Amino acid sequence: MSVGLLLVAWELYANHSGIKPTVLPAPSRVFEQAILNREALVDNAIPTIRATLLGFACSLSAAFALSILVDFFRPLRRALFPVFIVSQTLPLVAIAPLVVLWFGFGLAPKIMLVALVTFFPMLVALVQGYEATEVEIGQMLRTMGAGRWRVFVLARLPSALPYFFAGLRISITYAVVGAIFAEYAGAAKGLGIYMLNAKNNFRPDLVLAAVAVSAGLTLGLFGLTVLLQRIAMPWERAGREPPGTGPRE
Amino acid sequence: MNRLELRHVRKAFGGLDVLADISLNVGAGEFVSILGPSGAGKSTLFQILTGAEHGHGEMLFDGAPLDDHGRHFAFMPQRDALMPWRRIIDNTTLGLEVQGVRRKAARARVAPLFAEFGLAGFERHFPAQLSGGMRQRAALLRTVVQERDMLLLDEPFGALDALTRAALQRWLEQMWRHHRWTALLITHDVREALYLSDRIYVLSARPARIVREISVPLPRPRDPTAAASSRASALEAEILDILLNPQPSKGHDHD
Repeated sequence: MSVGLLLVAWELYANHSGIKPTVLPAPSRVFEQAILNREALVDNAIPTIRATLLGFACSLSAAFALSILVDFFRPLRRALFPVFIVSQTLPLVAIAPLVVLWFGFGLAPKIMLVALVTFFPMLVALVQGYEATEVEIGQMLRTMGAGRWRVFVLARLPSALPYFFAGLRISITYAVVGAIFAEYAGAAKGLGIYMLNAKNNFRPDLVLAAVAVSAGLTLGLFGLTVLLQRIAMPWERAGREPPGTGPRE
Repeated sequence: MNRLELRHVRKAFGGLDVLADISLNVGAGEFVSILGPSGAGKSTLFQILTGAEHGHGEMLFDGAPLDDHGRHFAFMPQRDALMPWRRIIDNTTLGLEVQGVRRKAARARVAPLFAEFGLAGFERHFPAQLSGGMRQRAALLRTVVQERDMLLLDEPFGALDALTRAALQRWLEQMWRHHRWTALLITHDVREALYLSDRIYVLSARPARIVREISVPLPRPRDPTAAASSRASALEAEILDILLNPQPSKGHDHD
């Protein structure tokens, strides 16, 4: 709704203020150009999607493995977290060109950058999620004779699921931005390099068309995480329904 | 015959005496309560029994020193501790699963008990879909199917509203008469202790010691109206007096 209003205002301003379309194209023009250039856009979106998903898969596996280690060996947490926090303060503008310089124009630097921006949020989400396990559940499991690993699998891991999905929703948006940034710093193909080329050719309409594609991509991935959460956590929705009308107390 | 026997059990946390001197016994098929003020260290005693904490003193089970803690006790914590992500049937089989029973076999063992526990038809529900009282019954079911020698119940009805609590106390007394579990209940509710127990140990404030052992000679089934009988109210008054007016000679002003 608010997006629609904004688009209408933008359209009116671009058409009636006399501003040149090479400075601010109207949304209708962006849309028109996006259709005209759809093949190029799709062609460039594919490497971006690939980098996003591969990078995210890497950071997710690493964050998961490390979160388990950290959960079992507390001192590791204090030793490692400062390093990760610093890794989050590195400005992408500075890091992206360097990573491209070191690892070339291929897929590797993109995966690394996506992993860099998504790894820490996922790790923190998981570690916090384990900590959120109800104390009584842990105690009870131990009286049942469960060892540390059983307690982890039966209680700590499922307890972390809501945190995991919260982290996933945030990280997936970072991931797309990270991939585009990496491409911007140097790539043969991809939305990032497409935007850069369009800008250099004085085609803001094509820049905006690429932005729209990346926004759609992010929204799509976000929607996917919401869907995944629904499938993975059926009890969450069940809990929101009115309690079963059952035997009296 | 005594199943559990504690002799002069003590526990301190960093110089702070929590349990000063606890000696008690629980016979086979007996329902015993430990009644004491909040913060007296009642839960600490259970932690020692289940092996989560280490205490000093002698602890015997069936006459042998208590070593492998988990083997004897099935523990029911204060809050129901049901796992929100497991369906009720899978929550109740948890203890069996940890013991290594196959999921299918565990379910087969638990399923026939659902009706008796007032949970029939709710096997596939998630805990969030159940009322507080039903959740507590599911938690008790999870506890008893472990078929351990003895139940440890840590204020199982503490978090419930008064009406639900009263209903569950009646229900538990009924269940106990059928099953004759050996049970040790922690509570700070005098009426609950009187209604359910064969014997009551009254605990002092911290550092906790047993100040009185009271047998409850009220006939079973414990008719709820009998709780209002003169005998029950005399006992209630006696216990309240012990709890509210601690003997100054024995008083240890550590609070």
